Amino acid sequence: MDARVEQRSERRLYRFHGGLHLPDNKHQSTGQPVRPAALPTLLVLPLSQHIGAPAKPLVAPGDSVLKGQMIAAAQGAVSAPVHASSSGTVVAVEKRPVPHPSGLPAPCIVIETDGEERWAELPEPWPDFEQRSADELIQRIRDAGIVGMGGAAFPTSVKLDPDRPIDTLVINGAECEPYITCDDMLMRERADRVIAGVAVLRHLLGVRQCLIGIEDNKPEAIGAMTRALAERDLPATEVVVIPTRYPSGGEKQLIRVLTGKEVPSGGIPAHVGIVCHNVGTAAAVADAVLEGKPLISRIVTLTGEGIAAPCNLEVAVGSLASELIGQAGGYSARASHLILGGPMMGFALPDDGVPITKAANCLLAASEREDPDPGPALACIRCGRCAEACPVTLLPQQMYWYAKAKDLEKVQEYNLFDCIECGCCAYVCPSHIPLVQYYRYAKNECWDQERERKKAEHARQRHEARVARLARLEAEKKARLKKKKAALKKKPDAAGGAADPKKAAIEAAMKRAAEKKAKLAQEGVTPANTEALTEAQQRQIEQAEARRKEASDGKQTSESP
Amino acid sequence: MHFSITNSPHTDRPNSVVENMLWVIIALVPGTIALTWYFGWGVVIHMVLAGVAAIAAEAFVLRLRRRPVKPAIADLSALVTALLFAVAIPPLLPWWITLIGILFAIIVVKQLYGGLGYNPFNPAMAAYVLVLVSYPVDMTTWLAPRMLDPHPLDFLQTLGVIFGQGLPQGMTWDAMTSATPLDVMRTELDMNKMISEIRQSPLWGDFGGRGWEWVGNWFLLGGLILLYKRVITWRIPVAFLGGLLVMAMLFHFLDQEAYPFGLFHVFSGGTILGAFFIATDPVTASTTPRGQLIYGALIGILIYIIRTWGGYPDAVAFAVLLMNLAAPTIDYYTQPRVFGHREADGE
Ligand code: SF4
Ligand code: SF4
Repeated sequence: MDARVEQRSERRLYRFHGGLHLPDNKHQSTGQPVRPAALPTLLVLPLSQHIGAPAKPLVAPGDSVLKGQMIAAAQGAVSAPVHASSSGTVVAVEKRPVPHPSGLPAPCIVIETDGEERWAELPEPWPDFEQRSADELIQRIRDAGIVGMGGAAFPTSVKLDPDRPIDTLVINGAECEPYITCDDMLMRERADRVIAGVAVLRHLLGVRQCLIGIEDNKPEAIGAMTRALAERDLPATEVVVIPTRYPSGGEKQLIRVLTGKEVPSGGIPAHVGIVCHNVGTAAAVADAVLEGKPLISRIVTLTGEGIAAPCNLEVAVGSLASELIGQAGGYSARASHLILGGPMMGFALPDDGVPITKAANCLLAASEREDPDPGPALACIRCGRCAEACPVTLLPQQMYWYAKAKDLEKVQEYNLFDCIECGCCAYVCPSHIPLVQYYRYAKNECWDQERERKKAEHARQRHEARVARLARLEAEKKARLKKKKAALKKKPDAAGGAADPKKAAIEAAMKRAAEKKAKLAQEGVTPANTEALTEAQQRQIEQAEARRKEASDGKQTSESP
Repeated sequence: MHFSITNSPHTDRPNSVVENMLWVIIALVPGTIALTWYFGWGVVIHMVLAGVAAIAAEAFVLRLRRRPVKPAIADLSALVTALLFAVAIPPLLPWWITLIGILFAIIVVKQLYGGLGYNPFNPAMAAYVLVLVSYPVDMTTWLAPRMLDPHPLDFLQTLGVIFGQGLPQGMTWDAMTSATPLDVMRTELDMNKMISEIRQSPLWGDFGGRGWEWVGNWFLLGGLILLYKRVITWRIPVAFLGGLLVMAMLFHFLDQEAYPFGLFHVFSGGTILGAFFIATDPVTASTTPRGQLIYGALIGILIYIIRTWGGYPDAVAFAVLLMNLAAPTIDYYTQPRVFGHREADGE
């Protein structure tokens, strides 16, 4: 505890604009220690639990799988594999309902568990990870299917392979969103795991310093982490207590608070020499490197007045929300909405028959009191409260105005793509406008427009290329014909006028053609493409080719629509 | 189990338009009581009249536009417009002038532009200017404050006057009415009187006209309530009063006898009401933080200019309307620096 006070006074912290003091509602779910959830009979594992390309299934219905076995492989650089979270039989590879704001079903591997929890053969543990190269460690982390567990679900290995030197590793233990306590509980109960992961990440990135940011509303977690850190004695690594202010757990906000640096718009933390990982991710890295275990389980907070016994459960990835809620005492009579994630950034689920993914941190069954119907939205009265609350210093009211008017250009001029969708603006809006929904919608529209533009551009390029190709072929044909003609002309001279019948036939045909041409010319018609290419035509073709090449090099895509 | 889908954030919301409007109404109470105390029942009668007219007009237009009537009435914005208009006009104004003002405010200035949130001009102030220009005599006939008027009218008498029954027997307009302090200051300065002379008159209190200065104080209390409840932010009122004060003090410093001192301006006419209740109308004001400072300050400066050199003794309404016009431009040029868009200044 002394160390904590000391650190508080030592390190200068920075502010970000806006933000909110929210009722944190965390105590409801921190009363009991984390319990392992009972193994479900059915596991539904979406192929896309991360940002990037979906994983490619390696198993088919009927296959038996072992716990920890890779059942779908990463596809491409930004992707992550999926592992069986328990042993059993694959019963289906098909589209199932998944937790996604779109509400659309997505491809999943469905496993019927056998209850035996038989492990697959795991990669060898590397307690001596310091002896391993960065590449080896990154590969191990990638193969373990680790993604950002704070909610973003970005493949961790990609972040660990920056193309520039990294000075600071930031570990995110802020957990700023109300109700969610899975990181808090992880730090309280498994601080040594988190710190072990931090040691691996620290070594891997070769950073100068490491800052572990935790909001000051989690004294137990701060204590546990400080003690665990003291035992490990990692160089230049600190637990930094930060003020509780939503959304200080946002990556860019936390970096700002801890280091004073602003990640440039459209950039990533590596651009300012920083890499940021969540505490849950750090623990998963420890499991993967030190024990060879892939990411197949996580801690999930079940809370809200709609849940009989709020708690944190250690859950096999792929367990259905409905089963977990059953293990938390089931729904109370007051349950009225089910939210995946926290109240600010989470989204409502229409049904609890969806699986828990790697990045799912919280199931919030809210009562009508907790998540009341705000009533119909009124017009924006331009009060500016949203702008005051926005942590990115945007002007949400202007973005709303243009998003509503579908003026995509203007809405981007007001920096729509800097919006982190934290919901601060919507929370304070007296007109109860669902602002974030408008921004998501506008972003989607922009992406669609960009895709359309690219498609059109593509089609144009293809068309141009085709025209050029046809012209070239025609030109080649002409050139060949001309050459032949010349040869034909020459030959009779050389042979002294002796013509064989074949040649005579050709000559006759050519004469006919020439006559026809002359006749057409007389009538004022010039058949197309009957002459060899002029110089100007040749130049045109070359230009078209050059344009095509330039376009396919992607030089024109950086401009925004 | 199935659930209904709701939009984020999935929480109770701390603010609502109705609550804001309610607080504006509550914050008007101290000033209204002061006005009633010094100038009689007229203000209350006009408030009721204006309020009823505004709600009726709003309901009527919404029905014509085939829009839901109830939510628009329930947001209380029409009522707030009506009350602000009512506290700004002379207490004995004939009823039909109030009616014309309110119909213009609600039907033309507010609803023709699309209703709450879309109107570029402050409805109460636009209406005020309309009736001021159309009925200048009625609009500048103010009652004398009670300490200067030996025979104040009772409630029924006031009602009678407003509804065209004429004055009770034995009373004359001349005896009851008096020019406002701003008016007096102007005419007498125009007559080349010195300020120290003008202030000898029994009309004058500590900084402004007697009675008037107290009305200003009570509206100020209301303004502080709005600030405390965070219905408004400090930027517009502070910049507004600051702009006015700086101008007034500057000229007063140049010539103490020709330009009244700063507090006279602050506690005369509609200054306080304007700074806290009118210029802060979010719909028509600037919406960016820096823009609000500029917007407020320019209103204050404009008020000083119009009061001192313009054609009307008071100028809050004109200044506010002029700046309403400028607000979108101000907003455009005062966009805040977005996070991550330039080098951080933190280190
Ligand atoms: S908080 Fe809501 S009403 Fe106020 S300016 Fe922002 S969007 Fe408009
Ligand atoms: S959701 Fe976007 S606009 Fe709204 S406060 Fe957050 S960052 Fe700002």
